[in-house]
Amino acid sequence: MSELIFAIELAYWQQTLIKVLVAAVLIPTTALILGIVFLFKMMSWMQSRMGPQEAGPRGLLQLAADGLKFLQKEDIIPDRADRFVFKAAPVVVLASTFLTYVILPAGPDLIIENLPTGIFFAMAVSSLSVVGVLMAGWSSSNKYALMGGLRAGGQLIAYELPLILAVMGVVIQAGSLSMQDIVWAQADGSMFGFGGLGLPFVITQIVAFFIFMVAIQAELTQPPFDMPVAESEVVGGFHVEYTGFRFLFFFLGEFATAFAFAAIAATLFLGGWWVPGIDPNSALANIVGPIALFVKIMVVAFLIFWFRFTYPRFREDQLQRFAWKYLIPLALANITITGILVVVL
Amino acid sequence: MLLTDISPLLSATTAGESYSDFVRSYLTVAIFGLLALGMVALLLGVGSIIRPNRPQPGKYLTYESGVDPVGEAWPQTQVRYYIFALLFVIFDVEAVFIFPWATRLDSETALVDSSGNVFEILGPYGSYGLVKMLLFIAVLALGLVYAWRKKVLRWM
Repeated sequence: MSELIFAIELAYWQQTLIKVLVAAVLIPTTALILGIVFLFKMMSWMQSRMGPQEAGPRGLLQLAADGLKFLQKEDIIPDRADRFVFKAAPVVVLASTFLTYVILPAGPDLIIENLPTGIFFAMAVSSLSVVGVLMAGWSSSNKYALMGGLRAGGQLIAYELPLILAVMGVVIQAGSLSMQDIVWAQADGSMFGFGGLGLPFVITQIVAFFIFMVAIQAELTQPPFDMPVAESEVVGGFHVEYTGFRFLFFFLGEFATAFAFAAIAATLFLGGWWVPGIDPNSALANIVGPIALFVKIMVVAFLIFWFRFTYPRFREDQLQRFAWKYLIPLALANITITGILVVVL
Repeated sequence: MLLTDISPLLSATTAGESYSDFVRSYLTVAIFGLLALGMVALLLGVGSIIRPNRPQPGKYLTYESGVDPVGEAWPQTQVRYYIFALLFVIFDVEAVFIFPWATRLDSETALVDSSGNVFEILGPYGSYGLVKMLLFIAVLALGLVYAWRKKVLRWM
C-alpha cells in the first residue's frame, strides 16, 4: 500500500511504524480541529458571543493551552475507587477510538489497514468505548458516575441497532464490507445512466443517512442525547471523579471518535475520498483524496454540531422509545425496500 | 454489480492478498490497540514530572455535590432498560446474520485460496435469497410487534 506513495518498498515494521506515528499525531489533531472549529468558534457564533480570543491568533490555540493546563493538574484517584479499573477505563475508550481509525480510507492507497470486514469492524470497535465508559462509571464508586455509566449503556443498547441496520442498506448496494470497496462502488455507480458524478449513496440511501446521523449523535453522547454526561442531572456522569489528563483522555476520545464517525458517514454516504472528475486509479487521487475527505467530514461534523447546539436534551425514556418504536422499524423497512429494489431493478 | 466492475479493488484487497497478509493486517489492529496504552502512559508520564502532588485527605473523598458521601459506594440501582437489553441481544445477533447476506445479495463473491488465486466465483443470491431474508426479517419484526403489544417497550 504505502510503497506506492513513497515509491520504495518498505518492510512491514517500517510501514507500521510510519502508520503509528502518523496516527499518533493525526488523531489528537482531529479532536483539536473539531473542538476549535465547532465547539469554540461555531458555538460562540451561534450564541452571539465572542468565544476564546486570548490564546494564539483569534484564540485558535485555546485547546492546546487547555491541554497544557490539564497536564499540570494533580492526579487524584478517590480512595473508594477501584484503582485498576479506574485507570484502565480511559485506555479502553482511547483504544476504541484508535481502532476505529484503522479502516478509514483517505485515498486509494492511504489507509492504515484495508480490512475485508471494514465497516463491520468499525461498528464493533466503536461500541467498545461504552465498555470503557461503564468501567469508568462503576469504578469511580460515585453515585453520579454510576448513573451516568448506566445511562451510557442504555444509550448503546438503543442506538447501536439503528446504526448497524442503517449501514446494511449501503452494504447491500456496495456488495462489500470493505471501506475501500464502498468508495469504489460509489465511484463506479451511475445516476440514470449518467456516470460522471458516480453515485454517492446519500441519494439512494437518504433514509439510512438520516438514521445513521441520529444514531451517531446518540453514540457520541452529543446533545440532544447527552443524558450520560448531563451536567445538571448527574454533574458530568461517568467522568465526575476524573481529573487532569485522565479527564482529558475522555474528551480526546469523544471528539476524535466524532471525527471518525463523521469520516465513516462521509465514506458510506458521500463518496469518501473520491472526487468526481479525478481518476480514482491515478496518483493524483492520493493527494486530492485526503482534502476531499476532510471537506466532506467537516460538512458531516457541521451537521452533528448544528444539532448539538440547537436541540434541548431528551429524557431517557424518550430516547429508548424513539429508537425502538421509530428508528429500528424504519431501518428494517429500509433494508427490505433496498433489498427488493436492488434485486428487481 | 459484476466482478469486472470491482476488479481493481479485488486485486488490491481480497484476491491479491495471501493468508499471512490477512493475519498481519490484524497484527496492525493489535498494535493500534496498544497505541492507546502507549499514549496514556506517555502523557501521564510527562505529566508526573511537571504536576504537583500535595495529598490531603479531603481530596480523595467521593464527590457528592460538596457534602460528605452518604451510604454505600455502589448502591443498588434499578436498571430500567433491562427488557430493552434482552431485545437488543436478539436484534444484534440478527444484524450479524444480515451482514454476510447483504454483501452477496446483488454482488459476486470471489473465493480465494491461501496463495491468493481465485478458484471459484459465487453468483449473487438474487430473488431467492431476498425472499429468505425477508421471511427472517418478518419473523423478527413480528417479535418486535409482540413486545410492543405486550407493552414492554415502555419505561418501567
